[in-house]
Amino acid sequence: MNVKDGLKYTESHEWIRVEGGVAVIGITDYAQDSLGDIVYVEIPEAGTEVTKGDEAVNIESVKVAEAVYAPVSGTVKDVNAALEDEPELINQDAFGTFIYSIAMNDPSELDGAMDAAAYRAFVESAD
Amino acid sequence: MNDNPLKRTPLYPVYADRSGVKLVDFGGWDMPVQFSDGILAEHRAVREAVGVFDVSHMGEIAVEGRDAEAFLDFLLTNRIRGAEPGRCIYSPMCRPDGGTVDDLLVYVLDDGVYLLVVNAANTDTDFDWISRWADSAFPGLRVENRSDEWALLALQGPGATALLRPLCRDFDPDGIPTYRHAGRRQVAGIEVLISRTGYTGEDGYELYCSPGDAGTLWTALEDAGAAPCGLGARDVLRLEARLPLYGHELSADISPLEAGLAPFVKLDKEDFVGREALAAMKAEGLPRRLYGLEMTEPGVAREGYRVLADDSEQPRLLGRITSGGRSPVRGSFIALALLDRGSVQVGDRVQVEIRGRLRAAEVVKTPFYRRAT
Repeated sequence: MNVKDGLKYTESHEWIRVEGGVAVIGITDYAQDSLGDIVYVEIPEAGTEVTKGDEAVNIESVKVAEAVYAPVSGTVKDVNAALEDEPELINQDAFGTFIYSIAMNDPSELDGAMDAAAYRAFVESAD
Repeated sequence: MNDNPLKRTPLYPVYADRSGVKLVDFGGWDMPVQFSDGILAEHRAVREAVGVFDVSHMGEIAVEGRDAEAFLDFLLTNRIRGAEPGRCIYSPMCRPDGGTVDDLLVYVLDDGVYLLVVNAANTDTDFDWISRWADSAFPGLRVENRSDEWALLALQGPGATALLRPLCRDFDPDGIPTYRHAGRRQVAGIEVLISRTGYTGEDGYELYCSPGDAGTLWTALEDAGAAPCGLGARDVLRLEARLPLYGHELSADISPLEAGLAPFVKLDKEDFVGREALAAMKAEGLPRRLYGLEMTEPGVAREGYRVLADDSEQPRLLGRITSGGRSPVRGSFIALALLDRGSVQVGDRVQVEIRGRLRAAEVVKTPFYRRAT
């Protein structure tokens, strides 16, 4: 299973790339594979306040609706507009397709996130 | 954790270890929901070319004897009396209160010889139901559950006939009219019962063979170019074609009349199980009816979601979604919904409650997709 180094990971299969004070967020290859063909992604508008643990994004595949939780608190900064017409981009390249980014209030909220090695082990034990 | 091991079709060994196959517990059967290319690619293969489905989990119940025709005409809502060998008749099977036990296909194999093909999840209950009615009024009839004797492959898509023709010995499959079968034939050197039927809205065939031959037949069809397709694609295809799925559009609580299947309910028959209740429902006006919806605001309508009127402050609850999802051919999100009859008409706007928010949808004509003939 494809896992990229240099990113942080959550137990709900999000990846996070920290760029200064901004958390750029997507879902992992493992997540897109288990979801199947993604047909719709619902993302909050830029400027929305989110709290860590909020159901921030909703991803719908053919089979199921899956919530994606905000890994940090802050303000939504960028949103991947391409996903409106081409939600399948996430299936094609999960690590290369960000969903949204959050300008963080407190970067230490990410201290509990996993690194690539820990996430790899986490996924392997989940199967 | 379920103690019972999942049942497997004769085709399980052929595809279970393939890279990318996703197997799921479907009513106690270990079935592929998709193969490696994914549900949308498989859907496209069936709409544009040809796909093959393993549907061997479905049940086959033989009803044989001198009184078989009269019995089935009494048991089922559609007309069986007078149907000559070669016909495949779609019919609901109802309870005395008009609720649906199952929907099925009757193969008229010969005088007094019928094969009923039923939904996998209902095979055992259907067999009990059919047997009890036979025992009570038609002794001497033979009713047998022959599901273990058959494997079933569905070959579906505009390319199905061209793919199949070279594999058919001494007959042209295109000569089989829709909803008819050609009896026992040789396909790819294997004896099959072949019919011009399917559950996708495309041209296609259903091929019944012995469990021992199933792997050879599947491989022959794949080698000839059929894309392997799973139950996920099957559900997208049938929804676009507005075909009911038992447990969603039909159930013990949903009559075939509410599901829009009146052409298959012959109320002019002298008697059949459920006739009185269904005739009364029709006379008094059905309480509910199935409608087609298409989302006009972003969102996916799914089974169970509430459908409300387009009123302002306190929108009226009209009913619920029975099935919903993406329609690749329309590029939209569609759904079937069981709503208070007469509460809406085609062209009206309604609202679907999706995770706490109301999203607009339009009532549209169904089927959502009709193939070019």
